[in-house]
Amino acid sequence: MLSVKNQELVVEESDFLEEVCSVPGGEGVLACIQCGICSGSCPNVALMDNSPRKTIALIRAGRRDEVLASNTMWVCLSCYRCTVRCPRVVKPTDLMHTLETLTFRHRLTSKKTATPTMYRTFVDSVRNYGRVHELGMMMKFMTKLVWMKKNPLVGLRMLPVALKLLTHGRLAFAPKKIKGAKEIKNIASKVKALGGS
Amino acid sequence: MKYYTYFPGCSSSDGTAVAYGLSTQAIAGALEMELIELEDWNCCGTTPYSSLDELESVCVATRDLALAEKTGLDLVTPCSACYTTLNRANFHFKEYPDVRRKVNEVLASIGLEYKGGVSVRHLFEVIYNDIGLDFVESKVVNSLSGLKVAAYYGCQLVRPDPGFDDSENPQTLDRMMASLGAEPINFPLKVQCCGASLVIPELDVALGLIHKLLENAASNGAQCLVTVCPLCQTNLDVYQDMANAKFKTKYKLPVLFFTQLLGLALGVEPKALALDKGVITAQEVLAPFIKVTKPAA
Repeated sequence: MLSVKNQELVVEESDFLEEVCSVPGGEGVLACIQCGICSGSCPNVALMDNSPRKTIALIRAGRRDEVLASNTMWVCLSCYRCTVRCPRVVKPTDLMHTLETLTFRHRLTSKKTATPTMYRTFVDSVRNYGRVHELGMMMKFMTKLVWMKKNPLVGLRMLPVALKLLTHGRLAFAPKKIKGAKEIKNIASKVKALGGS
Repeated sequence: MKYYTYFPGCSSSDGTAVAYGLSTQAIAGALEMELIELEDWNCCGTTPYSSLDELESVCVATRDLALAEKTGLDLVTPCSACYTTLNRANFHFKEYPDVRRKVNEVLASIGLEYKGGVSVRHLFEVIYNDIGLDFVESKVVNSLSGLKVAAYYGCQLVRPDPGFDDSENPQTLDRMMASLGAEPINFPLKVQCCGASLVIPELDVALGLIHKLLENAASNGAQCLVTVCPLCQTNLDVYQDMANAKFKTKYKLPVLFFTQLLGLALGVEPKALALDKGVITAQEVLAPFIKVTKPAA
C-alpha cells in the first residue's frame, strides 16, 4: 500500500496482495499494466461493483474488504474473453476464481447475488454423488433462494423451465451415484487436512 | 478405426443435454471412431468447484485424468466446460510444482497417481482434425444444401487456449457446416457468451445475453443455430420463450448440436439423434433434408 509518512512516499507490504499471489492463478496481478482491455472485453462489466481492471488495482493497493465483499467475481461468466486479450497474460478469469475462494476464507462473500449459493449447492451434489444431479441441485437451490429472499414466489419463474426439461426427457429423476463417490469425499477431507489451496 | 477414451460429462450423459450424448454415440460408428467411456468418471467440477477451493477443484478433475491415463488414449469430451476444466487442471498440475506434489499426495489417499500424460480434447476438434472434413464430406448422403445455419462457438471451445482456432473469429464450425452442404450465415456474435450457469442465479442477466444472440442469428437469416456445448444449447433453446416474453420477440429458432446435423447429413435415423429433445422443434426446418436414413451403426 502507498502512503505518505514524513513527506516521503512509503511502499508497505500488502498481506492481501501476497495472499492473492499465493493461490495458483492469482499471481498474474503482478504483471498488470492497467490497460483496461479486460474491462472493455467483459460482457458483464456494467453489473460489477468493481471492473476487472479496478479489482486488480485494489488488490495491489491491499484493499481486501472492498475487493472480496464486491459482487464482481460472482457475475463473471468465465467466458475467458479478457484472458485471451490480456497483453500481459494476467488471466483475469482465473483471478476471479481465486478471489471467489478467498471470499469464503475471509467470510466476506457478497449477499447481493445468489451465485455463491448456487455454486455451493452444485459442489454439494458432486461431493454426494460424484456427479451433479441437475434436478436435485436445482430444487435445493430454489429452496435456499426462497429462504434467502424470504419470498415464497421466487421459484415460480423457474417452474416452466423445469416442466419443459421434464416433458422433453432432459432431467433424470434419481441421482446416479458413482462407485467412487466416497473417493470424492476423501479428496475433500484430505485437501482440508492439507489446509486447502 | 480410431480409438478414444470418452468423457460425456454430467449433462450429456443423462441430463439437460442428453441429446448431445446420444447423437455423439449415434455418429461415432459412421465416422469410424470408437468412443470408450471412461469407467466411473466423476464430474469435472466446472466453474462452481474452482470457486470453492483451488486445490480441491484440481484434485477432483485430476481423479478423472488419473483414471484416463491408465487407458493410454486421448480423453475426448463433447462438453466445452469439461474440456476447459480438465485442461485447466492439467495445466495447473504441470505448471505449479507445489500443486503437483499436493495433488499426488491427495490422489495417493484414494489409491491413484497422475503423471501428467493425458491429452484432453474436445469432440468437435477431434472430428475436425483427426477424422477430417474430406472424410466427413465423402460420407454425406443427405446434403443440407440451402440450410442457413448460425455456427455458434460460444466461449470455452475457443478460449482460453486459442491454439485450435481463432478466439475472436473462428471458422472451423462454419467449415464443417459447409462440408455438409449447409450455408453458414454471417454471425458476428458467434463467440459471445450465452450466460452460462449464471442462468440459474442471475436469470435476467442471462436472458439479455440470450436475446442478443437470437436477434443476431435471426437478423442474419439463420433458420437454426448449431452449437458445440451443452449449456449453450440449453440456454438458447429452453430459455428462448422466456427471452421472447421479456423482450417482446417471437423467435422460434431450433438450437441443434453439431452432432445432430452431422448425423442427419450422414443418414443416421433422426430418432437416434434425439431431435425430439429440443424444446423449439426442428422438424419443419429439417424435414426437407431427411431423404436417406439408416439405423445408427
